[in-house]
Amino acid sequence: MNGDPKAGKVALRAIGLRKNFGDLVAVDGIDLEARAGECLGVLGPNGAGKTTTIEMLEGLLVQDAGRIEVLGRTWGADGDAIRQRIGVQLQETQFLDKLSCYELLRLFGSFYDKRDGEDDVLARIGLTDKRDVHVSKLSGGQKQRLAIGCALLHRPRLLFLDEPTTGLDPQARRRVWEIIEDFKVGGGSVVLTTHYMEEAERLADDLLIIDHGKVIASGAPETIIATLHAENVVEFTPLRPGATDAGGERVPREWEDAFRALDGVDAVLIDGASVRMTASRTQVAIASLFACLDERELGLVDLRTHRATLEDVFLSLTGKHLRDD
Amino acid sequence: MTRRSELRELTRVRILTFLREPEALFWVFVFPLVLAAVLGFAFREGSLEPTPIGIIAERPGDATSEAATDALTLVLARDELLSIERFASFEDARKQLTKAAIDVLVIPGAPPTLELEPNKSEAEIARVRILRALELEASGGAEADVRIAPVTEKGSRYLDFLFPGLLGMNLMGTGMWGVGFAIADVRRRKFLKRLLVTPMRRSSFFLSFMLSRLVFLILELLVIVLIGTLLLDVPFRCNVFDFGVLSAVGAFTFAGLGILVASRAKTIEGVSGMMNLVMMPMWLGSGVFFSYERFPDGLQPVLKLLPLTGLNDALRAMMLDGDGLAAVGPELLVQVAWGALSFAVALKIFRWQ
Repeated sequence: MNGDPKAGKVALRAIGLRKNFGDLVAVDGIDLEARAGECLGVLGPNGAGKTTTIEMLEGLLVQDAGRIEVLGRTWGADGDAIRQRIGVQLQETQFLDKLSCYELLRLFGSFYDKRDGEDDVLARIGLTDKRDVHVSKLSGGQKQRLAIGCALLHRPRLLFLDEPTTGLDPQARRRVWEIIEDFKVGGGSVVLTTHYMEEAERLADDLLIIDHGKVIASGAPETIIATLHAENVVEFTPLRPGATDAGGERVPREWEDAFRALDGVDAVLIDGASVRMTASRTQVAIASLFACLDERELGLVDLRTHRATLEDVFLSLTGKHLRDD
Repeated sequence: MTRRSELRELTRVRILTFLREPEALFWVFVFPLVLAAVLGFAFREGSLEPTPIGIIAERPGDATSEAATDALTLVLARDELLSIERFASFEDARKQLTKAAIDVLVIPGAPPTLELEPNKSEAEIARVRILRALELEASGGAEADVRIAPVTEKGSRYLDFLFPGLLGMNLMGTGMWGVGFAIADVRRRKFLKRLLVTPMRRSSFFLSFMLSRLVFLILELLVIVLIGTLLLDVPFRCNVFDFGVLSAVGAFTFAGLGILVASRAKTIEGVSGMMNLVMMPMWLGSGVFFSYERFPDGLQPVLKLLPLTGLNDALRAMMLDGDGLAAVGPELLVQVAWGALSFAVALKIFRWQ
């Protein structure tokens, strides 16, 4: 422990993290901080360096440069003390199929100095009726809850979750969220990576958006959305004169420039045949859009407006959708 | 709640997962039973099988030729260890010869012709038997006077030699496969990686494999030794405790080798290949099926240093000659050295993720 009076308030801090795999720069100078009792959401497209970052924080990988402090301790000196106090769910763990839920929790419990009883944990993750069922017989959602049970049976102060709900149906996803929220209510801190905007919006107090191994935005979700300098998004698909469908062709450069010049429009992003504009003054933007379409005799396939979301932030920062599906 | 012993829990989990894996149970417990049954059948008393031979007239269908064939068949049939099949067409007869369904094809004549594959020992046996039957006929039935004393003494049959070798081979197989596969499996599942983020001591992880092996070793030895002594009448002349210590040392050695072989492999296939590469020389050169003394002299020191050679020699010395632990000291030392070395290297190069 150091003498910094704020040390108790920060569960996790990393400064200047770097990691190369051969010539590939996976993580290129990332700073992050997770406050005690809060959830830090880490977002980024596939291959952005999320998992590499998380694995360095978990002590699985050693960083090439930078400093990591977990619960006031560093990995080199206090590895075992940190492991006693963190809980980890990894993305691809397959548990031993032939063990029952109870037996698996019992095994993981034996690694820790302090732990909850297996049956208490089963109740918390809603698997009491699956106590003696083998892992191989569980559904995807049940397996994921069991994985989280294994990560929190020793009452960790910091929980790492790497895409805990990927591939689950909405109902199973909500049950996982409830477990995570319970953990936060109990005072625990969480680091979460996810592909789902809804998940980040519901669970995360702070967000870190990374791409190409770098942080491209960070802060509270509202703050990040505000950095778009636009509260609303107007999406539409223009139609050539006389055409009946957009045909999937990219919007011509010339139209793009015209849309960019419209009154009330802050930014324009072309997504194939569709256009996504952010606007601080939506009505003005739409009015000038219609005038522009009329003037060029362009039609419309569709037109939507909605308040800016994290997805919009993500798209405008990385040019990619958060998920490919 | 207070902390449970992680070593005990890890060992418990290893035993549970093993017992719930039907294939693994088969190889450890059922396979030796099957092997024993086959051995018992192959080496049952009075199991000398008649040699199958074929006979065919020089000119099939020709009365004189067929009559000569009848006469020769009668001569040969006096040897009850010749089982004779009469053919009507050369094509059939030669097909059977190629398939080794018969070892020699006899064609009567002066002299009779024997068609055979000269490199096969079965053909040689058949040839000698046929010659003996012909000579007996020529000499009017006078047999050379020798006294036959069959070797039936317990402990000197081939089966008695073979059995300890098979026990050693089984200890090697179950040790290496049991440990090597289990490690490759937890690595493939990324379960190993998950264990790494817990405070689990790495030594506990390895020791749990060793300890679970010990538990299965006791069951395995019971099954195999009881079959050997009770059903196959193989001698067991040593002290049970000494035998147990030797087997445990053998099991630890091969568990250590299993960990070493699995220490880098990323896939089950990779581990299988490595296992076969390591075990193959020992199947052949460690005196499981035949004495390694048949190999050239220059190879002897190398063969004696193989871990299975020492184990087989020691098992034989104990079971057949009633030697104690002290007498097999050098073999034990070789075992311990292999086990310790494998374990030490495995710890150094082990791939955790």
